[in-house]
Amino acid sequence: MSKMHVKMNVNGKEVEGLAEPRTLLIHFLRENLNITGPHIGCETSHCGACTVDMDGKSVKSCTVFVAQAQGKDVTTVEGLVNEDGSLGVIQEMFREHHGLQCGFCTPGMITRAHRLLQENPNPTEEEIRFGMAGNLCRCTGYQNIVKSIAAAADTLNAQKEAAE
Amino acid sequence: MIPAGFEYHRPSDIASAVSILQEHGDEARVIAGGHSLIPMMKLRMADMGHLIDLQDIDALKGISLMGDTVTIGAMVTQHELITSATLANAVPIIKEAALLIADPQVRYVGTVGGNVANGDPGNDMPGLMQCLNASYELSGPDGTRTVAAREFYEAAYFTARDDEEILTRIHIPVPAAGTGYAYEKQKRKIGDYATAASAVMLRVVDGVCAEASIAMTNLADTPVFAEAASAALYGRALDDAAIGDAVSAAIEATDPVADNRGPVEFKKHVASVILRRAIDRAASRAS
Amino acid sequence: MNEQTLTPEQRAANLKGMGSSRKRVEDVRFTQGKGNYVDDIKLDGMLFGDFVRSPYAHARVVSINTEEAMKVPGVVAVLTAEDLAPLGLHWMPTLAGDKQMVLADGKVLFQGQEVAFVVAEDRYAAADAAELVEVDYEELPVVVDPFEALKSDVVLREDTVDENGNATEGAHGPRNHPNHIFTWEQGEKEATEAVLSEADVVAEEMVYYHRTHPCPLETCGSVASMDKVTGKLTLWGTFQAPHAIRTVVSLISGIAEHNIRVISPDIGGGFGNKVGAYAGYVCSVVASIVTGKPVKWVEDRMENLMSTAFARDYWMKGKIAATKDGKITGLWCHTTADHGGFDACADPTKFPAGFMNICTGSYDIPTAYLAVEGVYTNKAPGGVAYRCSFRVTEAAYFIERMIEVLAIKLNMDAAELRRINFIKKDQFPYQSALGWEYDSGDYHTAWDKALESVGYDKLRVEQAQQIEDFKAGKTRKLMGIGLTHFTEIVGAGPVKNCDILGLGMFDSCEIRIHPTGSAIARLGTISQGQGHATTFAQIIASEIGLPADDITLEEGDTDTAPYGLGTYGSRSTPVAGAATAMAARKIRAKAQMIAAYLLEVHDDDVEWDIDRFAVKGAPERFKTMKEIAFAAYNQAIPGLEPGLEAVSYYDPPNMTYPFGAYICVLDIDVDTGEADIRSFYALDDCGTRINPMIIEGQVHGGLTEALAIAMGQEIAYDEMGNVKTGTLMDFFIPTAWETPNYITDHTTTPSPHHPIGAKGVGESPNVGGVPCFSNAVHDAFRPFGLTQTHMPHDHWRIWKTANDLGLHG
Repeated sequence: MSKMHVKMNVNGKEVEGLAEPRTLLIHFLRENLNITGPHIGCETSHCGACTVDMDGKSVKSCTVFVAQAQGKDVTTVEGLVNEDGSLGVIQEMFREHHGLQCGFCTPGMITRAHRLLQENPNPTEEEIRFGMAGNLCRCTGYQNIVKSIAAAADTLNAQKEAAE
Repeated sequence: MIPAGFEYHRPSDIASAVSILQEHGDEARVIAGGHSLIPMMKLRMADMGHLIDLQDIDALKGISLMGDTVTIGAMVTQHELITSATLANAVPIIKEAALLIADPQVRYVGTVGGNVANGDPGNDMPGLMQCLNASYELSGPDGTRTVAAREFYEAAYFTARDDEEILTRIHIPVPAAGTGYAYEKQKRKIGDYATAASAVMLRVVDGVCAEASIAMTNLADTPVFAEAASAALYGRALDDAAIGDAVSAAIEATDPVADNRGPVEFKKHVASVILRRAIDRAASRAS
Repeated sequence: MNEQTLTPEQRAANLKGMGSSRKRVEDVRFTQGKGNYVDDIKLDGMLFGDFVRSPYAHARVVSINTEEAMKVPGVVAVLTAEDLAPLGLHWMPTLAGDKQMVLADGKVLFQGQEVAFVVAEDRYAAADAAELVEVDYEELPVVVDPFEALKSDVVLREDTVDENGNATEGAHGPRNHPNHIFTWEQGEKEATEAVLSEADVVAEEMVYYHRTHPCPLETCGSVASMDKVTGKLTLWGTFQAPHAIRTVVSLISGIAEHNIRVISPDIGGGFGNKVGAYAGYVCSVVASIVTGKPVKWVEDRMENLMSTAFARDYWMKGKIAATKDGKITGLWCHTTADHGGFDACADPTKFPAGFMNICTGSYDIPTAYLAVEGVYTNKAPGGVAYRCSFRVTEAAYFIERMIEVLAIKLNMDAAELRRINFIKKDQFPYQSALGWEYDSGDYHTAWDKALESVGYDKLRVEQAQQIEDFKAGKTRKLMGIGLTHFTEIVGAGPVKNCDILGLGMFDSCEIRIHPTGSAIARLGTISQGQGHATTFAQIIASEIGLPADDITLEEGDTDTAPYGLGTYGSRSTPVAGAATAMAARKIRAKAQMIAAYLLEVHDDDVEWDIDRFAVKGAPERFKTMKEIAFAAYNQAIPGLEPGLEAVSYYDPPNMTYPFGAYICVLDIDVDTGEADIRSFYALDDCGTRINPMIIEGQVHGGLTEALAIAMGQEIAYDEMGNVKTGTLMDFFIPTAWETPNYITDHTTTPSPHHPIGAKGVGESPNVGGVPCFSNAVHDAFRPFGLTQTHMPHDHWRIWKTANDLGLHG
């Protein structure tokens, strides 16, 4: 099959590459662009390790063809660090509250949590658990992930308040 | 898990999409959210030369309320169903059901059109649409036609849609004010299909059931629209006897298969339990 | 503030040593997607390998045609057993003393078995070509039931029978049937049978611990790169034991061990799945040798669940004898162990059933007997310790079920039955009837604390009321109270009785102090999420008084790390953690001499004080470790070599025996079979606690894996040997939604033989969690006559239990 000229915006940068239309977005990010934060865990859209943000939605990039992602804005966990290279609030809170162990699910978790908190800045524990249910973790038992996200919400809200 | 190759098409209107379908026959498939199709392609259980991506067709988008009818574009996602104020007011059962589908990421991408058109017995929307007496608008080479959801499903993955047609819109009659509703689903975990699910709409006037509609999911190779169950409630007070009759009639209409969720006997029993709960909850909401 | 003005407490706190909940150093990389896992490795010209796998569970391979596959653009090679045979690599040794086909050699023995290896320029071309490899199979009768296998005429392993069709001697002794692998006996058979025949009460049950899979979120994979110029092979992979892999690769390939460099990069969870040696590793190496290019292999999730390292699958027939007052007098167990098509269990050589002989648990049982019978079936090989130490989960599940069964028989409260049978504090070190020496424990204290914390008596009152309400038709819910007191055996282990493939199970640590007072430490272990880089630095910080933040920790590169047996079986802290402390103490011993010289006093006249040596009786006269480090390199000290470094290879004198008391409360919907976890209390005693934050995280994670196993997770086969649970739709891993919050607690009973008293904790929650969840389900139905049912307790099985007990009217 012939390759197509793929263009998209990834983490604020215009990128392009040649890929077969069937190339999965996760492979395009990891192989063509060397963005290896998003991981491949299950390949059947159950585990969420490959979660990226695409046009303001959390999506599982193992179940998106690169052709479908043509022209989109994509954000990965790499795009969530602060401009000075320091950890973003959610990333910092995962570290602070031991919200990760092997780190394999973490990029997907953090990217998903980012969208969740955009849509719901004050989630209850139940809302966090429901909103994160598309991401599997084998190490943490989720308790500290939930704690990390709740803490991130508090920090982000405090920052917002301070800025106002 | 790598899919086989294909030619990719992204038409910007329905007519173009139909003509690509026409040109390539059963070599072509349309893709909406792709969360049913892509895993099948990765398992190499679905293989096609041409993939027609519907995402650029604006006519397939949006939710609107005109008179007594809600119209939902086929490319409306589950997430949009959940967040639509129009639907929350007019047909709140849709949100209740959509929240029980898959997980957040899948709901951002999964579409109502894909869910109803695919003919997968595990999908929740077909049963719900039968309960709501929705109709599907199909566009093909010969123009547009409408098929009732209750007439649409023939067998697993077989529907009234012709290969060269695209399901474009869903029309739903807005339930009368005071209609009680409930969507109940039992599953093993988030992300699983239903062990059993049921959709119930009913109206109560002067203490008796004036209208009822019951449909069930993943309990046969098509959704189960249980007319006899609705009839069992009609004109009766929603007491134990009436509900018991309705549940028996509904279960009679099911034909589940054993799988990892459990054997037939179990599924039928669970179906009866959650249907009873759905009827109770719908009744409690009816006014 | 300078060194003079800080209080001792502040100085200790600055070290972030043992006991502090130090934040993890790994997380700065992981949280921004800068981990380096095996699939992240990309080398120039790298090829990608993909397997053709058998759709059948038992079949002859009549022919393999690769012609069409080779025509796919980008395909470089298709390897079959024929290609590997000249190198002697078409079979490989297993960890259990058996051998296993790398690629199908004439037949296949389980669904998903590796048949051919396609090598192509990218994974898409490899997958396309794998589709086009034509394999002609002739189906053979399938044997999936281990009890049937021992009676069947169907011979699975023709390579293990002689010309008369009789089973040849196996790695663990005589075999009595072609499908029989071994029988391993421990304890006293006749004495136990005598106790059983004379006992007041004997309870008897079949306890099945079903087949499941560790399923780490990252699957297994490797990248092999053979440099033909230097003759050096570099092999990256998901290896929980990189040094063992190096030795094994050297032994089977003939490449000299110094010409092999094995690297375990970041590992996305292991849980035992990454202990084994897999066909993919071997094929990536061979393909790199054949093509002269680096070759990557990464399995997908279905391949992972179908072919690499299952866990459990033990049918444990038990008899437990007691006096009428509930004092246990004897325990008997006969286990039928389903090992699949090859015996690839990961156990120390002398223990073909691992540490199943810890099955007397936390109880003082004077007489016991255990027999384990290994059996070949048409299922995937494996039998790894899924978040446990070599069959300890099976043992703990067995005894904790048998205690409950006995409690039913005696009509006793199961908490009280445990209490009167616990090994008492003053009995440690305790010799068990099946041959272990428990190092330390205080079970009664832990148990009382647990019962009190959850308000056990009140829970039983509430439960009694609920049962009445249920019987009166007021509720359709049943409340279950699950109890478990487990004892683990971890930290394998003493070289005198623990080896794998002849490799002694010591472990190691090398520490180098830099002149400016920072350090690097390297270990023979490898973290898979346990946070070694954080916690081992804490041990060193406490031992030698340099801040943990100034200590780099490296693992996983066999060219730089000292030899060790890796990370599994909760052995890192008990063994490598001990090596770390011992290496640090060697450094401190030299530092003492340097300090004494600098302070112009005798060696014995200085004493250690947190981060310094001070003159006895004159604490204002001291040298900090930082000062000593500088002097070690830059000052000529008579009689001492320059430098400050040490290495320790630690052969533990004994295993460690962590324990815990867990209590779960759940509510069962009798009509739908759903179980709602109301609360879970976990008290763990892992001896000295290095990092409480990490311990708590390990407990949360292990309990969640236990929840999964007990409540739904299984590798199920149909009668044709087809895997029914090959994706994460059907293989149960709970999400955040199905997972409860846990309450953690602890007591501290240090190990008397470990240098810092630590025992290991990573696996305790799985070992104790599974019986606790399962006991809760059983407990809910106890008033209605249930004695024993099998896991996993998914909706339909719970429903079936209720149905069988007549609870559906």
